[in-house]
Amino acid sequence: MRTVMRTPRLLVAILFMLCAALCANVAAAQGLTLQIVNGVPSAIPITVVPFGQLGSGPAAPVDVAQIVGMDLARCGKFRPLPNNEIVQSPTTGAQIKFATWQQLKQDYIVVGSASYDGGVLKVDYQLWDVNKQQMLLQNTVARQGSDLRRVGHEIADQIYQKIIGVRGAFDTRIAYVTMVGLGNNAQYALVVADSDGYNPQTVVRSHEALLSPTWSPNGQEIAYVSFESGNSAIYIQNIATGARRLVSSRPGINGAPRFSPDGKRLAVSLSFQGNPEIYVMDLGSGALTRLTHNLAIDTEPSWTPDGQSIIFTSDRSGKPQLYEIPAGGGSPQRITFQGQYNADVAVDYDGKKLAMVQGNGNVYRIAVMDRSTGGQEIFVSPGNLDDSPSWAPNASMLLYAATEGPRGVLYSVSADGRVRQRLVLSDGDVREPAWGPYRTP
Amino acid sequence: MNATVRVSVVALFCLAAAACAKKQEVKSTPPPEAPQPTQQATTEGAFTPADLQTNACLRTRVIYFDFDKSEIQSQFDNIVACHAKYLRDRPMARMTIEGNTDERGTREYNLGLGERRGNALASALEAAGASADQIKVVSYGEERPVCREHNEGCWHQNRRDNIVYTAE
Repeated sequence: MRTVMRTPRLLVAILFMLCAALCANVAAAQGLTLQIVNGVPSAIPITVVPFGQLGSGPAAPVDVAQIVGMDLARCGKFRPLPNNEIVQSPTTGAQIKFATWQQLKQDYIVVGSASYDGGVLKVDYQLWDVNKQQMLLQNTVARQGSDLRRVGHEIADQIYQKIIGVRGAFDTRIAYVTMVGLGNNAQYALVVADSDGYNPQTVVRSHEALLSPTWSPNGQEIAYVSFESGNSAIYIQNIATGARRLVSSRPGINGAPRFSPDGKRLAVSLSFQGNPEIYVMDLGSGALTRLTHNLAIDTEPSWTPDGQSIIFTSDRSGKPQLYEIPAGGGSPQRITFQGQYNADVAVDYDGKKLAMVQGNGNVYRIAVMDRSTGGQEIFVSPGNLDDSPSWAPNASMLLYAATEGPRGVLYSVSADGRVRQRLVLSDGDVREPAWGPYRTP
Repeated sequence: MNATVRVSVVALFCLAAAACAKKQEVKSTPPPEAPQPTQQATTEGAFTPADLQTNACLRTRVIYFDFDKSEIQSQFDNIVACHAKYLRDRPMARMTIEGNTDERGTREYNLGLGERRGNALASALEAAGASADQIKVVSYGEERPVCREHNEGCWHQNRRDNIVYTAE
């Protein structure tokens, strides 16, 4: 019996690996589709001229200028000139004919050259103000190995910061969960990829459900929930080494992990004392502090950036709503009053904007509440079954999960909801995106 | 990807498909029809493990819930009663109740809702004389749907408790 079972399993494993490789290729080939939802009148017109070739080495294997343009477009703050309207091809500031670009109503122009020698991709680029005819930025960015696309993301980050005045978040990573197959053949994977969905790498595989991935503040670890033991359990895994540790497998639910801003504590939802309650676990000692005490479902804790309080989901008023409680314990205050159903908050870097899943009837959309303007809310996704909002570290964009036909897909959307991009990641069901922190060089 | 690899991939697909199809075929062979004992007989005598395969009520291992609700509907009272009787009659029997939800709402909240549904059935069984240490509740939330369409007909099938006997 044993040998009979072994062969198909091995086959399935090989098939899965091939499939994964194939899917990665498809994702890279298909690229990503950008949807301009409402048009962005305030978006800044910028031209990223295709980079020239420097030296006699082989052509660069990635189109860096295209990566820069796509990054700037999907954050919603820029409107890059389409390639077919780029009528001249300057590669240095001295070659720019400013009258041409003024006539095309461009505010900024990026020019540069790339070389690819010995596996190292190096780009020299300049950012110019078209109206002032003034150079704003000149820099050289180089990467090698599997990091070639990062050259484009780093340039986009530098341009974003120079013009917007806020650190760019294109050179960051995201995590998400994929599922292929059904029932006993289901295969789950926890995947880490670049912020635009390229370079996917599987960090966890399981035949049982994986959910709620969340990044440590230093970007080195991911906490997640796995059902591999037959019940929910919380693990923390080092992305680079693969080493992992079990942090909670108590009876009942072990769910919804979120690192504190200092990375020393983990907020979780556990039901071993009867029903789901919010706890804070000290990651050094493992000691638990219980924050909530009632018969409702209390879950999905998220820290405010100062580490002083925790916002969580509770149905103590009947339907799920968001509440805020001091991280050291205290009395919870309800903070959402619009919509029948508010859950799974994502707090942005300065604590002003709360993204959440808001349900009305059978429609679930991502809503963003601005606490600095008295709790004004906008919807940034169309529904009907959108969930798992996650902010970019600079709050310029969000990721969320949507359902299209039989499968789950991921979208990135600008913070104002006007520019939306579907990330084409794999053939399976894709869910639960989590945007990682800024990368340290 | 070169042609050789492509061919191998196709071949593997076919082999795997064949392997799976074969396996499923074996699985889906219906069990031989057992004679249905009358309701009278089961309520009078003590249940035995054989009744789990033959008794119509005990063979029902799933109950369904209304949207966002965890109350046991009265139509399932007989299911609760016969499984509670089985647990009373068989003190060594053990059961896991798997609580499930439909896809609407967030995954972690649905874990809580699934557990609430599991606990509701566990409480009903205990109220009918089963012992708490015979019953374990696991919530899968929305992670184990039996139907994957986005409509009420499908959602209804997913809002359920599954009863799994781990010792008979």
